Amino acid sequence: MSEALLDVKDLRIDIVAGGTSHNAVENVSFAIGRGETFGLVGESGCGKSITALAMIGLLKPPLITSGGSIRFKGQNLLELSAREMRKLRGNRIAMIFQEPMTALNPLSPVGRQIAEMFVLHQGATWHEAEKKAVEALASVQVPAPDQRVKNYPHQMSGGMRQRVMIAIALACNPDLLIADEPTTALDVTVQAEILKLMQELCDARGTAVLMISHDLGVIAKMCRRVGIMYAGHMAEERPVSDVFRTPAHPYTKGLLSSLPRLGSRGSHGRKRLQEIEGVVPSIADFPAGCRFEPRCDRASAICVKQKPVEVDLGNDGFVRCFHHE
Amino acid sequence: MGLRLNLVIGGVLCVLIIAAAVLAPWLAHYNPIMDADLMNAELPPDGQFWFGTDSQGRDVFSRILYGAQVSLTVGIGSQLINTIIGLIFGISAGYFGGWWDDLVSGLTNLMLSIPSLIFALAIMAVLGPGLPSLLIALGLTNWSWTCRIARSSTLSLKSQGYVQAAKTLGYGDARIMATQILPNMIGPVLVIATLGMGDAILSEAALSYLGLGIRPPQPSWGNMLTDARELIVIAPWAAIFPGVAIFLTVLGLNLFGDGLRDWLDPHMRTRRA
Repeated sequence: MSEALLDVKDLRIDIVAGGTSHNAVENVSFAIGRGETFGLVGESGCGKSITALAMIGLLKPPLITSGGSIRFKGQNLLELSAREMRKLRGNRIAMIFQEPMTALNPLSPVGRQIAEMFVLHQGATWHEAEKKAVEALASVQVPAPDQRVKNYPHQMSGGMRQRVMIAIALACNPDLLIADEPTTALDVTVQAEILKLMQELCDARGTAVLMISHDLGVIAKMCRRVGIMYAGHMAEERPVSDVFRTPAHPYTKGLLSSLPRLGSRGSHGRKRLQEIEGVVPSIADFPAGCRFEPRCDRASAICVKQKPVEVDLGNDGFVRCFHHE
Repeated sequence: MGLRLNLVIGGVLCVLIIAAAVLAPWLAHYNPIMDADLMNAELPPDGQFWFGTDSQGRDVFSRILYGAQVSLTVGIGSQLINTIIGLIFGISAGYFGGWWDDLVSGLTNLMLSIPSLIFALAIMAVLGPGLPSLLIALGLTNWSWTCRIARSSTLSLKSQGYVQAAKTLGYGDARIMATQILPNMIGPVLVIATLGMGDAILSEAALSYLGLGIRPPQPSWGNMLTDARELIVIAPWAAIFPGVAIFLTVLGLNLFGDGLRDWLDPHMRTRRA
């Protein structure tokens, strides 16, 4: 991976309010190559969504990016003006959300909402754009697209709406698609269809995907590489197969062993599902050393005092732990 | 609830008034200004003069029809200006917030604290009587409610998923306000605009009555009342019919506005279903 499409280095996001400052995301680094699908995993509040928002320059106070760099095609996004950033959004970097129910304007036909992207970013006339919208809707496998463009969002099911969202996001053939829990709100069968569709479309167009999820199953299916975030730190970043086979960080290990597996039984019949003891620390009192230390069964004196640094694991991966496996 | 009575009655009244104004040249038996004949002055209503005649022998029925044109022009025109001003200030204040929001909210509260008729009176005194000054005076003094509604709707709409999504798709601020926010608040704004029309028609009548509105001999319901004031004992019809016209128009607009609000309110709709 010599020339990455997106190269995030030491990203730091702070919450600054009323003179006090708390750190929300620190030392987050990862890179996504062209056409590659990268997964970002972590539990709620670990900073994955604000990392994504930082990438499209939509962090709002009190959240600010206070360090590091986000290089997209060699250009540092943190140095772009609001105007330059807006030209990239929706055009070169697009995003889809968890809630297809609320992400579409209820008073506008879906075809018009797709067409707006061509008008906005490609200077198309409304007439051309409406035609392209039918093609875009066809490409996300919506049946009878020439009829469906006239539908309003409330006339469509959740799965259909998420297809429309994908059509809008991919309308301008972006280089990078950020998918923030794209299937969480959908039921399992629809989820599988949507994921398959996303994968096919992005493969065909060479679109790289940043897949944000708390569902390891989704990540395993979609991604080549994965970053595991915990409390605003990147705990581990490695190829997916390595992570599943030999989780290096104790948090990753805990996460994997807390997954329910079909047919998994202990010697005495049913086995209790493993959980990670404790809760995620509040952002106001993150531990000074390793942020996972209070919940970690391998913690020692050094973990309390010092922040762990990235340890190279070879095969293009690293872990941030003193006692990694 | 069944039939939405206020919407139907209000709608019928509004349609009748609009028809009267538009069809005035064909419905009126007499020219409202030229056909003055002192021989026919102060005649009570009969088969020839349906609503009687005024002090100069002009047909009150014809003058009311032409007066409807003035009232509707003032009602619709001034409310259009009010609504546009209110929307621009309200949406931008809610969307951008900060010092602009403080400024607009302050201005809105200031406008609400001054009786709008007194304010309009002052503007009329500066601009002089006539239709254009009426539109300006009434159009600049009654936008506070629209502004407040637009601001509060924007505050709630801007946290909606689709407004957030539009930002990630590279929409500019102006485009978001025009395509994502404005269409989603049109219901309440329409209701305020309709109710405001009734107010504007009343204000026009009041200003014309005070001699600051439409200049005679052009008929408006307000200046017809002024003319009829001295005859109230000997020719009450000259005052009663313009009064009834004002009453029915304002009633019609208010019923229509209320009905519209009930109809657009989803909670009321579920109750009906």
